[in-house]
Amino acid sequence: MDFILQPWPWYVAGPLITFVMFLLFYLGKKFGVSSNLETICAIGGAGKIIDFFKFDWSKNTWNLMFILGTVIGGFITYQWLTPSEVVAISPQTVQDLADLGFQNAGAQYLPDEIFSRDTMFSLKGFLILIVAGILVGFGSRYAGGCTSGHGIVGLSNLEIPSLISVIGFFIGGLIMTWLLLPLIF
Amino acid sequence: MKNIKFLIVGVFFGIILSKAEVISWYRIYEMFKFQSFHMYGVIGSAVVLGSILMILFKKGIIKTYFGHKIHVDPKKKGFKRNMFGGIIFGFGWALGGACPGPMFILLGRGAAAIVIVLIGALFGAFLYHATKKHLPH
Repeated sequence: MDFILQPWPWYVAGPLITFVMFLLFYLGKKFGVSSNLETICAIGGAGKIIDFFKFDWSKNTWNLMFILGTVIGGFITYQWLTPSEVVAISPQTVQDLADLGFQNAGAQYLPDEIFSRDTMFSLKGFLILIVAGILVGFGSRYAGGCTSGHGIVGLSNLEIPSLISVIGFFIGGLIMTWLLLPLIF
Repeated sequence: MKNIKFLIVGVFFGIILSKAEVISWYRIYEMFKFQSFHMYGVIGSAVVLGSILMILFKKGIIKTYFGHKIHVDPKKKGFKRNMFGGIIFGFGWALGGACPGPMFILLGRGAAAIVIVLIGALFGAFLYHATKKHLPH
């Protein structure tokens, strides 16, 4: 039980992610989360504005059930499987974040500087959250996949489009982390 | 209900990503700073094992529960769509510290602010389809 309560190392988590991918393929489906964004838009009536969203979303119900499961999994872990909120990031990362004005980086699961209630209801905080979401939603559908569909499935299948996308993920992520975050914070 | 098995797989996935901390904003920042092997280890080991799995699928050694050969649809080709879409995604991933899967898992952790990110992501997906005929693919 103690092992379950500790943070899981990469060599446990990575193979388990592959196992999830295996389970979905074994059950006749394909692992990929960002297509759910389109499904939810379709359910919400986006088809009234954009024809694309008029597709029959009932064929994606299994994937909605999958993400509903992930919400429950997050809840279970938070309630019962995580006695400590500490994220053991490297001392250098803590120092770099302190230089950006992030207090006690890693002491909680998420930084207050982005996710606290005070921040989310401030104009700057709200804009950071909503813009981050828009970029992820727009980019993942433009590229045709996110970390799961391109990063895990596509790379595993040795697909060039996925390799290009993952290189893109890193170009964008590196520009944001090294150049833009110091300007934002 | 036949979809309940997908719910169970989802619960499992949510627990794995939560416990591995890969849904923590800090881990994403640390990854893009190259200050820890953790994220690279998680994604790298998943991909290496995944590629072995794909070979077993293609050779028909592993079939679906229904006995069918497992076929993996290829991703859409096109340098621009994958590169530009990828870069835009990367901006958002490093800013908000969450890709689509983790957004839902963080929702389950009760992180209220993630609701705003999720609404943004839904709007972003909508925006892509509203503007895609003007975009290079």
